[in-house]
Amino acid sequence: MRRAATAGRVIAGCLLACTLAAAAKIGGPTPSGGVLRLVIRAEPKTLDPHIVVDEASETVQYLTAGVLIRQNRLTQQLEPALAESWKVLDGRRAIEFHLRTEIAFSDGTPFTAEDVAYTMRRIADPALHSPYAETLKSQPGGITAVVRSPSVVIVRVPGPVANLPELFDQISIVSSKSPKKYAATLGPFEISEYKAGAYLMLERNPRYWKRDAIGRQLPYLDGVRIDIQSNRETELLRFRRGGLHLLNGLDPESFDRLATEMPGAVRDLGPAMDSEQLWFNQVKASPIPAYKREWFENTAFRQAISGAINRADLCRLVYRGHAIAAAGPVSPANRAWVNTRLKPAVYSPSASLALLSRSGFHLRNGVLLDRAGRPVEFSVITNAGSKSRERMAALIQQDLAKIGIRLNVVPMDLPSLIERISRTFEYEACLLGQNLDIDPNGVLNVWRSSAPNHQWNPNQKSPQTAWEAEIDRLMDQQAAASSPAKRKAAFDRVQEIAAEQQPFIFLVHKNALVGISPNVLNTKPAVLRPQTFWNVDTLAVIAPSSR
Amino acid sequence: MTARIAASWCAGSVLCILLGVGVCAPWIAPRPYASQDRENPQVRPSREYLLGTDELGRDRFSRLIYGTRVSLLLAPAAALMSVAIAAIVGGAAALSGRWVRRGLIAVTDLLLALPTILILLTVRAMLPLNVSAWTSIVITSTLLGALNWPAAARVVRAGTESVIHAGFVLQARAAGVSDFRIYIRQLFPNLRPVLTAQFWILVPAFILTEANLSLLGLGVSEPMPSWGNMLRELENYSAIPERPWVLAPLAVLMIAILCLYTVLPQREET
Repeated sequence: MRRAATAGRVIAGCLLACTLAAAAKIGGPTPSGGVLRLVIRAEPKTLDPHIVVDEASETVQYLTAGVLIRQNRLTQQLEPALAESWKVLDGRRAIEFHLRTEIAFSDGTPFTAEDVAYTMRRIADPALHSPYAETLKSQPGGITAVVRSPSVVIVRVPGPVANLPELFDQISIVSSKSPKKYAATLGPFEISEYKAGAYLMLERNPRYWKRDAIGRQLPYLDGVRIDIQSNRETELLRFRRGGLHLLNGLDPESFDRLATEMPGAVRDLGPAMDSEQLWFNQVKASPIPAYKREWFENTAFRQAISGAINRADLCRLVYRGHAIAAAGPVSPANRAWVNTRLKPAVYSPSASLALLSRSGFHLRNGVLLDRAGRPVEFSVITNAGSKSRERMAALIQQDLAKIGIRLNVVPMDLPSLIERISRTFEYEACLLGQNLDIDPNGVLNVWRSSAPNHQWNPNQKSPQTAWEAEIDRLMDQQAAASSPAKRKAAFDRVQEIAAEQQPFIFLVHKNALVGISPNVLNTKPAVLRPQTFWNVDTLAVIAPSSR
Repeated sequence: MTARIAASWCAGSVLCILLGVGVCAPWIAPRPYASQDRENPQVRPSREYLLGTDELGRDRFSRLIYGTRVSLLLAPAAALMSVAIAAIVGGAAALSGRWVRRGLIAVTDLLLALPTILILLTVRAMLPLNVSAWTSIVITSTLLGALNWPAAARVVRAGTESVIHAGFVLQARAAGVSDFRIYIRQLFPNLRPVLTAQFWILVPAFILTEANLSLLGLGVSEPMPSWGNMLRELENYSAIPERPWVLAPLAVLMIAILCLYTVLPQREET
């Protein structure tokens, strides 16, 4: 009898354990409410979700906005959000959305296809200057939205856009009827308080449409407090004391220090999408000496410079090992589009010198001279205040000195630098970073020779070199292709040409370094922004901070 | 009084030593300031590296010595230039006619009202890019000197106006001596203590301005060290307890500034 009772207790215990394990697997930890504390490093320039250009506004937008399609930052795949499904039509010139029904904005206004149409009309309004309108236009023309029924809407764009669905990850749907306008949200949170220069308080959207696997209303958090804090040291101090829960974009030094003090609270997510690169000014009308432009237009010269830079040292000394040498324009973080056949330039000053000597340069008394006997000397501008870039420049200066080149490093304030690289072209070389879009269509404004961000020689009326013409053709080809394989093949070739011609000398891809408090549950940090809180609706704080 | 004189002598001696170290940097420094030992970044102080190395493996002690030379030569040069301009503008404003005086006072007040650091940033952004490190030092010191004279000019004008009605000046005027000659021969010797005091006030101010500019990455260009650009290592202040030797440039800067201010009253009195 006693044995039967014991067996019963064991079975009951096992059943209980299984049930708890299953519940944990399905539903994750019990939501505890609480307030997640984040930091942004500058005042958001706008709270209007359709004119966001800065990172701080982007953070607020991500936490409050409801979008039709959401990109899973971990898998980099698209997932249904406000749209249950979608279909790309008419050679990627249109997209049909089937919307979720019985959803309401945070103020109770019902969500319908009319709101999507209103959103698209608002974005397309030239008076608003929405950056999203440009990304939707591969050709001149208008963006239209046709409401088929309260839950079906078709959005038309003027030309074929290869990554049309992906672009809707950025577009916040706003209400056409709510008196609160864009302050009424479909996202997990809404703004409840904003103290300029101090903080933003977001509170849970009680009408958020999403539920977890066992049907519980999301988000788990009661709110998010976003402090505006420009000093990184203070940010670090607050994180250590538990006053902040998540840190994005840690610098390598802070990361290493935190890793020593709080080993479980930091993660190196591997290479991010960012890249650091150097380029030479090849603009014909620029006020630099003609002989220098001749050097810069010489592919062998650019290849020699690339080969003379010790990228391993850049990674080790500047980024303390939290970076990888760049092989081309696309970071390995961009799993869909990176050309894995490309390898970083091999560091070899002797090979660089051999390459230069074949182009008429020669070394005399430790000074590299060109064919006319002029010493090879040029300046590189970079933004003042960026310690990592100034250190990189100092290392490159020493590397180039080994092949007899004198490099003058000129840090300058960012507005002056932008003026020089985009308007006056009074510079010789520039060292800067880029955060490139995940899809090749997002970098059309970099690779097309007619584009303003084709930094080494922007706004060309017709491509000035055969390889630039080839890149133009391939970029257009990938933009128009319907098959992903054809797009990939075309963009792979673009990367190969870029690696061969070195218009940008890609140096390193920085790692994404983040800090995550042990009090935050369900985090799945990813290299894509916003790295630590992309799944904010399922995050939970187990010990709400009272600080 | 004796203690004050002793302190002043002490401060003067320390300044002389610092200046001597700066001038003799190439012979004293164990390594070239730009030399990178890439296999030994951020090492602790040792016999080989007295103050350890920086992130790029450069000997911090050698850089401090070279930085002393840059900072201690740049600031007095800029101060001398400022005082010279102030003597000319202040003297001219006191001696010339109503409209010229008003014009000079307006320019002086305007420059005083403008934030110098912003003007420095703007002017620096417009300068040629291909300049050597030494040229960048000359440019920085010229900019500092050319933009920071207004306060001194006001003092010089006030000083000139206070003696302009003295008997010896009136006598010289009555004898038909020109204003320029009166200024050089009669007024300038009387203004010398004022100008000397202005010089000693400006030197530490310029050392700090250069440090501020360098902290913004806009002072003396890489790889040339200065106290200011060496102070950038202190930006991560929570790392200081682990590496207190990075405070060395700050300590030297503070000592130099203290010594300059200690020397100043003695000079004023002489």
